[in-house]
Amino acid sequence: MKKFEKGKMVPVPSMAIIPERDMDSPPVLECIHLGIEFGGLKAVDDFNFVIGKTEIAGLIGPNGAGKTTVFNLLTKVYNPTHGSIMLDGIDTTGKTTVQVCKMGIARTFQNIRLFSNMTVEENVRVGLHNQVKYSTLSGVLRLPPYWKQEKVFHDRAMELLSIFDMQDMAGLYAGNLPYGAQRRLEIVRALATNPKLLLLDEPAAGMNPNETAELMENIVKIRDTFGIAVLLIEHDMKLVMGICEGICVLNFGKIIAKGTAEEIQSNPEVIKAYLGNNSMEG
Amino acid sequence: MSKLKKNASGFKLNHYLTYIVVTAAFLAVTFMNQGGILNKKMQGLLVPVCCYIIMALSLNLTVGIMGELSLGHAGFMSLGAFTGVVVSQSLVDTVPNEAVRLCISILFGAVIAAVAGFLIGLPVLRLRGDYLAIVTLAFGEIIMDIINCLIVGHDSKGVHIIFNFKGDKSVADLNLLEGGKAIIKGAQGAVGTKTISTFFAGFVMIMITLFIVQNFIRSRTGRAVIAIRDNRIAAESMGVNVMKYKMIAFVISTTLAGVAGVLYGLNFTGITAVKFNFNTSILVLVFVVLGGLGNMLGSIIAATVLYILPEALRQFSDYRMLIYAIVLILVMLATNNPQLKALLQKINPFNKKKEGGAVQ
Repeated sequence: MKKFEKGKMVPVPSMAIIPERDMDSPPVLECIHLGIEFGGLKAVDDFNFVIGKTEIAGLIGPNGAGKTTVFNLLTKVYNPTHGSIMLDGIDTTGKTTVQVCKMGIARTFQNIRLFSNMTVEENVRVGLHNQVKYSTLSGVLRLPPYWKQEKVFHDRAMELLSIFDMQDMAGLYAGNLPYGAQRRLEIVRALATNPKLLLLDEPAAGMNPNETAELMENIVKIRDTFGIAVLLIEHDMKLVMGICEGICVLNFGKIIAKGTAEEIQSNPEVIKAYLGNNSMEG
Repeated sequence: MSKLKKNASGFKLNHYLTYIVVTAAFLAVTFMNQGGILNKKMQGLLVPVCCYIIMALSLNLTVGIMGELSLGHAGFMSLGAFTGVVVSQSLVDTVPNEAVRLCISILFGAVIAAVAGFLIGLPVLRLRGDYLAIVTLAFGEIIMDIINCLIVGHDSKGVHIIFNFKGDKSVADLNLLEGGKAIIKGAQGAVGTKTISTFFAGFVMIMITLFIVQNFIRSRTGRAVIAIRDNRIAAESMGVNVMKYKMIAFVISTTLAGVAGVLYGLNFTGITAVKFNFNTSILVLVFVVLGGLGNMLGSIIAATVLYILPEALRQFSDYRMLIYAIVLILVMLATNNPQLKALLQKINPFNKKKEGGAVQ
C-alpha cells in the first residue's frame, strides 16, 4: 500500500460526511466540481463529494440521476469535462482506467460483467493480475516462477473467495453461477485488486431479503477486515439506510442532499425527488 | 452442478489429450510411410499439412483466444517462407548440416515475422473494432507485391538484394560473382531451393507450437488476454493493460506463422509469393472456425482433414471443389446442430465446453 504523503494533504471540507474514526486521516476520495457533458447534456454537474478512509458511503437517486456515470468518471471509463478527482491526495486527471485501478479504485458493474467463459477462480486470478506477477516467458516455458506464483494465485484466490464462502464454487464457470453468486463474485474479484476504495454498483440487485441481509453484514465485514472505503449505489433503502454512514442523493446530475441516513430520510428535497410524498420505501 | 465441475476439470485432460493425439498420429503415419502404404502424392502432403496445422494453431491464438480477426495471416507465413529460403540458401556452404540449417532458418523466419507483427500491432491494437482485420488484409497483399519485385542472390561476398519496382531489372543486375546463385527471382519466386524440411521437423514444430500456445493460454498472460476478449471494460477495470496483452498474443501468433512459413518454403524447390494470397489466409481461417474457436485439437483435426480432402479428391477433377464446399456446409450444419451437440457432449468424456445459455 502506498503511504500517504504529508505534503500533498488535502484539507477536509467542512461539509464532508466523515465518521469520527476518520477525523485525523485525509479523505481517500475527493471530487471537486466534477462534471461531464454529453453534447450539451450535463449528465453530472458540480459534483463535490468526500469519502473518509474507512467510510461506507451511499450514492442514491432516482433512475437516470447519473449515479453510474459518477462511477464511470471515477474509474475513467469517461473522462470528466469539468473538475478533478483526488484519490488519496493524488490527482487522477489524465490517468487511464488501468492506472486508476493500480492507484486503488476497484468496482463492480450494474449489469454484471464477469468473464463468463472462465471459472470462478480464474476470474479472481484476473483480479489478482497486478498483485501476483511473473513474466510471459516463465509462463510459456513453465519455469520455477510460474509454479511458485500460480500457487500464490491459488491460495490468495481461495482466501478471497472464502469471504463469501464460495471456495467450493471455484471450479465452476462464472457464467453458470446463480445471479446472487455472480454479484458476490464480482465483489471478490474487485477486492482482489487490493483497492483503497471499492465501488459497488447495485450490489443487492436481484437478491432476496435474506441474501441482502447477508450482503449488508459482508460489506461491513469487508470494510473492517481490509480497512477500505466503500461507495455503493443501491435502490434497496434498507441496505443503504442500514450500513451507509454518509449518503449523497443525486437527481438530474446534481447533488440535492448530503448527510446521515436520518438527515436524508427527513429531507423534503429528497422526498420530493423520489415520490412527492412522505414515504421513503420504493 | 457437480457435472459442470467435472467439465471444468476436464479441460486439463483435453490439454494433454492434444499432445497424445498428435504424437499417435505422427507415429501411425511414420509406420504407414515405412510400410509403403502411402503413395508418392500423400508423402508430398505430409510437410504442408504440418505447416497448415501450425498456421491454424497460430491463427486460433489470434481469432479464438484474443478475439480479433486476422485476414492476412498468410502474409506472415510468406515473410517466414522467403526469409527462411534466403537464410537457408545463403548458408548452404557454411552450414552443411541440414537440421542445423533448418533450425537457423526457422529462427530467422520467426524473428522477421515477429517484427512485422509488432509493427502492425503497434498502431492497430490500440483501436477497438475490426481494424486488425482490415490492416492485416492489406498487409497480406502488400507483402505479396513486395516479394514479387524482390530479386535476391548470394555469392562469396554475401547476400545481394535489389527491388525491382519498375520491372526493368533482372538477375543479371545483381552482378553476382562466379559461383553465386539467384535465390529469389522476382515474380518467379524462389527457385532452386534445397528442400530440407522433413516430416519429423514438422512434427517437432507442431509439438513446440502446441506447447507454447497451450501453456500461454493457461498462464497469467493468457488469462489476461482471455479476460480482454470476454469483457474488455471489466478487464481494464481489473488493471489489465489491453494494448500490452493483445500485443503479446498477436506477436506470438505471427511468430508461429513465420515458423510455419519457413517449413513450407523449404519443402519445395520453387515457391512464389502468389501462393500466400488472400485465399490461403481464408483457408486457414476456415480451419480455425470449423475446428472451433479456442479449440486447439479441433484446429489440428480440421486443418488435417480439410487440407488433405481437396488433394485426395483430385481424381474427380471438376467436382472436387464442389464436394469440398458440400463438406464445409455439412460440418457447419453439424457443429451448429443443438441435438448433435448434446449427443457429442454425452459421448465425449473430455468435454470442456460449458453448456450454452450463459446468464449475461
